[in-house]
Amino acid sequence: MHRSVHPVVSQFPMLLVGCVALLLGWTVIGLAGLVRPRSVLLTGRLLFPLGALLGLALAVLAGASLLGGGVERLVLPVGLPNLPMHLRLDPLSSIFLVLLGASSFGISLFAGGYFRVGEGTAPGLLCLQYHLFLAAMGLVLIADDAYSFLVAWEVMALSSYFLVTTQHRIPEIRRAGFIYLLMAHVGAICLLLCFGVLQGGSWLFTFHAMRAAHLSLGWATAAFGLALVGFGAKAGLVPLHVWLPEAHPAAPSPVSALMSGVMLKTAVYGMLRVGLDLLGRPVWWWGLAPLILGLLTIVYGVLFAAVQTDMKRLLAYSSVENIGIVFTGIGLTIVFAGSGLHVLAALALLATLYHCLNHAFMKSLLFLGTGSVLHATGERNLGRLGGLIHRMPWVAWLTLIGVLAIAGLPPLNGFVSEWLLLQSFLFTGHLPHAFVNLLIPMGMALVVLGAALAGYVMVKFYGVIFLGQPREASLARAHDCGWLERIGLTWLALGCVALGLFPLQVIRALGAVTHQLIGAVVPQASSHWWLLAPVPGRPVSYEPLVFLTATLAVVLMTVFAVRLTYRQRVRRGPAWDCGAGGLTARMQDTAEGFGQPIRHLFQPFFEIERELPEPTDRAPRYRIAVRERIWRLVYEPIVGAVEGLANTAARLQRGRISVYLLYSFVTLLVLLAVALLK
Amino acid sequence: MSPLPLGQQLLDTCAALLLLLSFAMLSQRRVVALVNLYALQGAVLAAATLLLAWRTGEDHLYVSAALTLVLKVALLPWLLHRLIRRLQVYRDTEPLLNVSGTMLVGLVIVVFAFSLAQPITRLASTATRSAIGIALAVVLLAFLMMITRRKAMSQVVGFLSMENGVLFGAMSASYGMPMVVELGIALDVLVAVLVLGVFFFQIRERFDSLDLHHLESLKEHE
Repeated sequence: MHRSVHPVVSQFPMLLVGCVALLLGWTVIGLAGLVRPRSVLLTGRLLFPLGALLGLALAVLAGASLLGGGVERLVLPVGLPNLPMHLRLDPLSSIFLVLLGASSFGISLFAGGYFRVGEGTAPGLLCLQYHLFLAAMGLVLIADDAYSFLVAWEVMALSSYFLVTTQHRIPEIRRAGFIYLLMAHVGAICLLLCFGVLQGGSWLFTFHAMRAAHLSLGWATAAFGLALVGFGAKAGLVPLHVWLPEAHPAAPSPVSALMSGVMLKTAVYGMLRVGLDLLGRPVWWWGLAPLILGLLTIVYGVLFAAVQTDMKRLLAYSSVENIGIVFTGIGLTIVFAGSGLHVLAALALLATLYHCLNHAFMKSLLFLGTGSVLHATGERNLGRLGGLIHRMPWVAWLTLIGVLAIAGLPPLNGFVSEWLLLQSFLFTGHLPHAFVNLLIPMGMALVVLGAALAGYVMVKFYGVIFLGQPREASLARAHDCGWLERIGLTWLALGCVALGLFPLQVIRALGAVTHQLIGAVVPQASSHWWLLAPVPGRPVSYEPLVFLTATLAVVLMTVFAVRLTYRQRVRRGPAWDCGAGGLTARMQDTAEGFGQPIRHLFQPFFEIERELPEPTDRAPRYRIAVRERIWRLVYEPIVGAVEGLANTAARLQRGRISVYLLYSFVTLLVLLAVALLK
Repeated sequence: MSPLPLGQQLLDTCAALLLLLSFAMLSQRRVVALVNLYALQGAVLAAATLLLAWRTGEDHLYVSAALTLVLKVALLPWLLHRLIRRLQVYRDTEPLLNVSGTMLVGLVIVVFAFSLAQPITRLASTATRSAIGIALAVVLLAFLMMITRRKAMSQVVGFLSMENGVLFGAMSASYGMPMVVELGIALDVLVAVLVLGVFFFQIRERFDSLDLHHLESLKEHE
């Protein structure tokens, strides 16, 4: 790999010290919340906005480091006796720090207006957990030895566990928290083993030593596999995604936003760090595992998102889908990089990183939008919402931007990353492996299917919540969100728009990362600042500003033409009643109804439990529950095996002292006999 | 071959007596007699220590001998006798394995212990190295006694006798342990007996008996 090309290390790691100070600042803000734990005024109006400003500062510092492209190192005299805390700020860390800082700015502002008294954990305590969570994520991104990394990783898991179980008095939420904690620890064990393999017999646990270690192919593959399972469990790769649809509905919305938008990306960061940095030059066929799992995750996630009736659960499955897209990109990057196609690898990596950034903004925006809806109506069930665009215009219009972005419509940001990913798929014909060349177009078909279905899901999400008629009378009392929430939502929506309109500038900034990891940058074929043409020599390009101008022009012209033609002849009436009248809100299409075609087409994926009414029923009821087959196929056998094993082991417990003494006696005799035979 | 010096012969006799007493304890079912046998074992151990101290001139062995005498011949048997009187336990019930069977297992264990001790004996440089096998056998026999008995009282005596074996082993392999360790062990044994005494009262209060099979009901049920 091209490690020797790092720029000169600056004398004093100014930016890194600044980042560490900001992380400490978050910790201090968190502790300050304990001064008056029940005061909403202190935490909501002072501490959370202050934390948001620190997030913005972090994004600025990391952005400066990214544009500078330098590497800074720092060794702090804390930690284990022989292993002080190593920190490092390089382009890969920087881009994820930018992501963390920029999206946490919006989320923290929103959280300042969101948390109230009387919802389980006190606001001050939440403030501590929240800011510890942020600081731990930051530390994960700058840690430069396995010990600091894992400590930060665990602090991140634990603080988010407590945030998920904010309403800990509800048994389902405790259960969701437990599943999350369990999966987090399964992943952490794999990471522990992974780092154990990576040190390669040197017993030095700094990342620097791991880069220098020479692993045999078998051990390197083992390390890669462990990293894939460990980080995959955190990111939500199928079949390790099961905690996401449980934890996200349970957590308060800003926490869901932070977990889905940022925490999942720390897992992506870890995967890139291990797969492309610590392991050195990857073997091309390693990439097939994340590629195939990623494709599976895309389809799986989006299909389940399509049949959900709980809005946060729907978004959780949508996060699963997006993680699938990211891992597909990682897989392609590794396949290309291992085959020596550096420019294509850089393109795939670019798509991956871009999608991480995009998803951080748009998914946070959507989760916060659901939070506002939840606060205003007290409902998560799509079957009891509807027509909220009249009651909550701010939330509705800002959410619309997020919905369009995540559906991958130009000129918003979701389109750019998916387009880049498809571009890198299109040029796989150069791979020197024939059967992969044949298989990869099918992968591309799956990505396209996922993108199309994601659009379907988002139509359902937005249409059922905000459009149509209110399905319940109580929705008339719904109110729009407060000013802090509005600022937070607007910031995130602006992020989506900016990332969509100025892809070239973003790609130029990301060049430092691809240069660091792959040793190549995506060349820019065109000299125009508004024209994105990532593949040299091919006539593919994308001009978001031109597209936006054209779209706006067409829309305005249509509006103008309609106004002109139908002047004075406009009559307002109820929508969709075709002049017949007598339609009620209950006659609208429901979330279940909207998802029915998907449920029908992809039946083998789902485990459906249906309760149909009899023709003679006085009060007919229709109930349908869709479960994941994966519980029965994967997790229940594991639970059974563990219980069986535990029961076998429990037979050792006889309750008789003589038997226990006999165990010790026999053990002693056997050990002595072994010593004798030696 | 010249006859062994007198001191050596006496030491070997002591070692043989210790082993004999271990077998006696293994077969004894009356608790009072068991405690007496234990006291006797302590006395033999003290004598052996004294002999060794005299032969080697190691001063701390005199202290060790005195400690053994006070603790194992006087104090602990007295405590145990008092416990027996107050708890009214004089006989152990039928052991889990009958006496002859236990003796046979014991024989096998002694053979095992001796073969095990052989390599150690070759390495040790002390005059008493032949006794290491016996010390090991004493430890294992005491363990066997703890396994085969049902009454808590006999198990405590087994535990104490095991400690005797350990002490004798240390003595014959390296002329005793450092003084600090020996004092520590002595204190441990004393405290253990006191604590176990309290336990016995609690167990009897709870189950009206000192028979340990009642404790089986404490097992976690599936």
